Amino acid sequence: MIRRRLAAAGALVAAVALVLSGCANQGGGQAQGGGQAAGAPSQPSDAALPAGNGQGRCAPGTSIGYAGTIAGQNAALGIAIVNAAQLAVDQHNQANPNCQVTLVRADTGGTPDTAVGPTTALINNPAVLGIVGLPFSGESRAVGPALNAAGLVNITPSATNPGLTQNGWTNFFRGLGNDAVQGPAVGRYIQQRLNAQKVCVIKDDSDYGIGLAQQVTQTLGPAASCQADVKTNQREFSAIVGQVQQQAPQAIFYAGYYQEAAPLIQQLRDAGVQTTFIGPDGVKDEQYVVNAAGSADGSLLSCPCVPQEGFTDFSNAYRQAFGVAPQTYSAESYDVTTILLRGLDSGIADRAGLLNFVRTYNGQGLTKRFQWSPTGELTATPVWMYRVQGNQIVTDTQIG
Amino acid sequence: MTEHSGAGPSMRERMTTVSHWWNAQSRAAQWGYMVPVVVFLLALPVLNPPIITTEPYTDFPISLFNAAVFALIAIGLNVVIGQAGLLDLGYVGFFAIGAYTAALLSSPDSELGVRYPWLVIVPIAMVVTMISGVILGTPTLRLRGDYLAIVTLGFGEIVRLLADNVDPLRGNRGFQNIARPGGDFPDGTPIFSQTDALGFYWLAVIIIVIVLLFMGNLERSRVGRAWIAVREDEDAAELSGVPTYRFKIWAFAIGAAVGGLSGTLFAAQVGYVNNQRFDITTSTLYLAAVVLGGQGNKVGVIVGAFLVSYIPDRFQFEPTYRFLIFGVALIILMIFRPQGLLGMRQHLLAYGREAYQKLFGAGAAVAPSGLTASSRARGDLAEAEPDDHAGTSPRGGGE
Amino acid sequence: MHAEPWINFDVGLFFDRFWANTINGLAYGSIYALVALGYTLVYGVLQLINFAHSEIFVLGVFGTYLTFLALGFEPGALPNLPLPAIILDLVLAGLVAMAVSGLAAVGLERVAYRPLRRRNAPRLAFLITAIGASFAIQQVIRIWRGSNPEGTIRLVPPSPVFTIFGATVTNLQIVIILASLAMFVVADQFVNRSRLGRGIRAVAQDPATATLMGVNRERVIMITFLVGGLLAGAAGLFYLMTIPQGAVYNGGFLLGIKAFTAAVLGGIGNLRGALLGGLILGIVENYGQSLFGGDWRDVVAFVLLVLVLMFRPTGILGESLARSRA
Repeated sequence: MIRRRLAAAGALVAAVALVLSGCANQGGGQAQGGGQAAGAPSQPSDAALPAGNGQGRCAPGTSIGYAGTIAGQNAALGIAIVNAAQLAVDQHNQANPNCQVTLVRADTGGTPDTAVGPTTALINNPAVLGIVGLPFSGESRAVGPALNAAGLVNITPSATNPGLTQNGWTNFFRGLGNDAVQGPAVGRYIQQRLNAQKVCVIKDDSDYGIGLAQQVTQTLGPAASCQADVKTNQREFSAIVGQVQQQAPQAIFYAGYYQEAAPLIQQLRDAGVQTTFIGPDGVKDEQYVVNAAGSADGSLLSCPCVPQEGFTDFSNAYRQAFGVAPQTYSAESYDVTTILLRGLDSGIADRAGLLNFVRTYNGQGLTKRFQWSPTGELTATPVWMYRVQGNQIVTDTQIG
Repeated sequence: MTEHSGAGPSMRERMTTVSHWWNAQSRAAQWGYMVPVVVFLLALPVLNPPIITTEPYTDFPISLFNAAVFALIAIGLNVVIGQAGLLDLGYVGFFAIGAYTAALLSSPDSELGVRYPWLVIVPIAMVVTMISGVILGTPTLRLRGDYLAIVTLGFGEIVRLLADNVDPLRGNRGFQNIARPGGDFPDGTPIFSQTDALGFYWLAVIIIVIVLLFMGNLERSRVGRAWIAVREDEDAAELSGVPTYRFKIWAFAIGAAVGGLSGTLFAAQVGYVNNQRFDITTSTLYLAAVVLGGQGNKVGVIVGAFLVSYIPDRFQFEPTYRFLIFGVALIILMIFRPQGLLGMRQHLLAYGREAYQKLFGAGAAVAPSGLTASSRARGDLAEAEPDDHAGTSPRGGGE
Repeated sequence: MHAEPWINFDVGLFFDRFWANTINGLAYGSIYALVALGYTLVYGVLQLINFAHSEIFVLGVFGTYLTFLALGFEPGALPNLPLPAIILDLVLAGLVAMAVSGLAAVGLERVAYRPLRRRNAPRLAFLITAIGASFAIQQVIRIWRGSNPEGTIRLVPPSPVFTIFGATVTNLQIVIILASLAMFVVADQFVNRSRLGRGIRAVAQDPATATLMGVNRERVIMITFLVGGLLAGAAGLFYLMTIPQGAVYNGGFLLGIKAFTAAVLGGIGNLRGALLGGLILGIVENYGQSLFGGDWRDVVAFVLLVLVLMFRPTGILGESLARSRA
């Protein structure tokens, strides 16, 4: 065995040289298991797909925009969204020779101040009839009034702050359930199904984490007896591990994203904390499973989205196009892009028309059924619980 | 001023000639020349010149507005770094305090429950930031050089983290609907809005001109002379009877006030403030603006700020690479213009111009280098030319 | 709603966790210390805050990670190998990381700083170049490896070895603390005892005179960057052992700032100060987390820095590289 290792070491110099010179050009998320339960349908049979019926007609140059982070903060989340949107547009254009839609990318950098310029450029671009984005609640709040004034339909695939739909904006639609849907459902699950009387709610410092933690804490009431805070990009959690050890809760809910959740769960498990760990849709990502390296097993992950087994076609196409598995919110992005494309195919050539199309839209997507209330919330938002089992995220049960 | 191989001497000489010609003009004449420049700058977003514009990838007036705010910040930071020679790595803290003051006093999300108009907020924010400058400066300005730099860096981070941790400051959730200045164009659209940054840009340029006038007068006053004395040699200044500590605090407070002013401008245009964008990286970019343009030179730092803000915007069409391009551009610019784009030679004498005129007459192309401050900052690295042959002695690198 | 205070004062938790925090702080602080040594060496010789040093560290992390990949390890499960093989692999990864970081540091010096020195650039110009280099290196890693953290490869999981005052000490912590101390001793002896080290100190003390006395200043500067890079590479290995999710393009930023803070805390330009500063910072920010809550960790670190500098304006140990004992 040692000799084999030594041989490997001998080849190392060359290997390192190769790797460093950029030949190993794989993305971060290689080697996820992609296997799905045999026999599951590859997607909901009545789901709208970008290709449509191939009869779409629209003016040359017709565009939809992506406004969101590409190279800025939290770029991974933005790239998962823009890639899926690009995939939808590409599939659409391939199937519809008479309607070639362009996806205009605007890099908002993920922060409110830098979002204004690129988003305004999209608003001022008359070819852009609809927008996929913005990914984050903060930047959505910052540019929301301007998008609303421009009457430019704006479907976010990932911003979950409940307050976003309470601004009176008529152009804003949310492609997933908000924190006020997911939070109480998870809270009830923890209380009723897990029967936990003592829960640690750990949150990150994002709008998402704060809002979700608030909803869960509220639902749990006095059972949410211990609170802890982490910072975005924090990787060392020994103090929180200590706090959890001291409190000995019956369940831990983490409100945040997978980047922090993976090292957190690993450090908890390393320290011998075996408490049930529950995370939201921000954690439900294959990256979480890969990065927690075994420690994620048994984690419960809630999500206002229908089970993944539903759309292997999309997952495979995404993997083929970008070399990595789709991530959190990729499928939502694919769905909302499809809705905009459906509208364009139907011959709509102005913003007001597309806005009206989305407002009255009612159809099945990969992730769920899309129909919006007047404020822009989905009318039906199923919340499901998933479970990490043997390095796979599998469906557990519907919880709301 | 030592000349070095590698830089084109003819170019350098020509720049020197221009700068001496400029320095020999009367102040009124200088401002006279500046008028068309300012008019051009005001017209820039309307002209939307083809190669310079950032459209269609990002809105050009907004891009210019952001550059103008950056320039204002750089002018404020230049007081601290360029004039008084204090290295401040936490300047973003003052910018944040200005923006948050505007948010707290006008956003409906604020627990204060007040909605002051923008014009009322500006002086309040400037006073608040000035006070915070004094609060930060009082204990820290006894530190020298890089210790001051790291303490200010810590201060900047503490401000950001407080905005994150203290609940009434709302962290990442932020404050919506921050007050903007009022007023409508003749066609009824508001002059100051988020998407049409024309009004805000003009306002920013006018504020910059006013601040420049103020700073120019300040530099020629006793305060300005004291700052230069502190920058050039703090001990000598102290021995000559300059109360260095007090003037350093003044520099901090005035710099902070300008930072606060730019914070309110920023908050008003975006209309939303949260804890993002007040990080160390932003602080270092402010520093980059000042040094890139040429510390101590007010026009220089404006140019530097423009570049630092503009380059990432200009390359918005290639988002994946824009920050890489920006980083490489910083390195290259510094290698080719180590003193800054428009740099160096500041008047050591408050009445340097009059001295030039007396000695050489108006328009004289040559000034004795003794009348200009050495560009060598205190504690400069290279006291001697690197001697490439030094290591060839038989004993090598030993003693 | 159950209102949660935004700041705690949990003395109970503080005392409960006192020894655990101390141990964890020592281990994590050792990593700060190794990175801080790089800041301090460069500062001592050039009076330059090398902002790009955090990226040199990240390159070490990636060097480690890519070596793991090249050795055939896969993200996910723990490898099933005998202990000597694992130790060998770790040593190998560490050596590669040190080589990568060391070469990168020297390369950075060549490409970015030396041209400036040739032109007698003012000090702040170096600072801006450092910032530019930091941006550039970070973006190159992001474009090359993507913005997600690399899949976790862990060769050794932490397991408790013994307890001290009720706090468990893991195998990883022992290895990291001892190895870091050993590296510090080597670096310290190198600077204080070797001929090259004397050269470093001579240049730190008086570049002009040192040059006149026959010290090759350029070579000394190169060696300084090399040593700083080697230590940062080793820190990269220890960091990835502690935080297997750490291989990400922007993963060095916060740690770099902390390490720099540690260097100043101990007295910048002073090797022993960097060690002391790193350990103190690691421990105190852990205490702060237990006392005030997890989100106050960084505030505690920076407030500590400000307080220390108030009372000891040049850091705890305060003496410069040049004046340290021969």
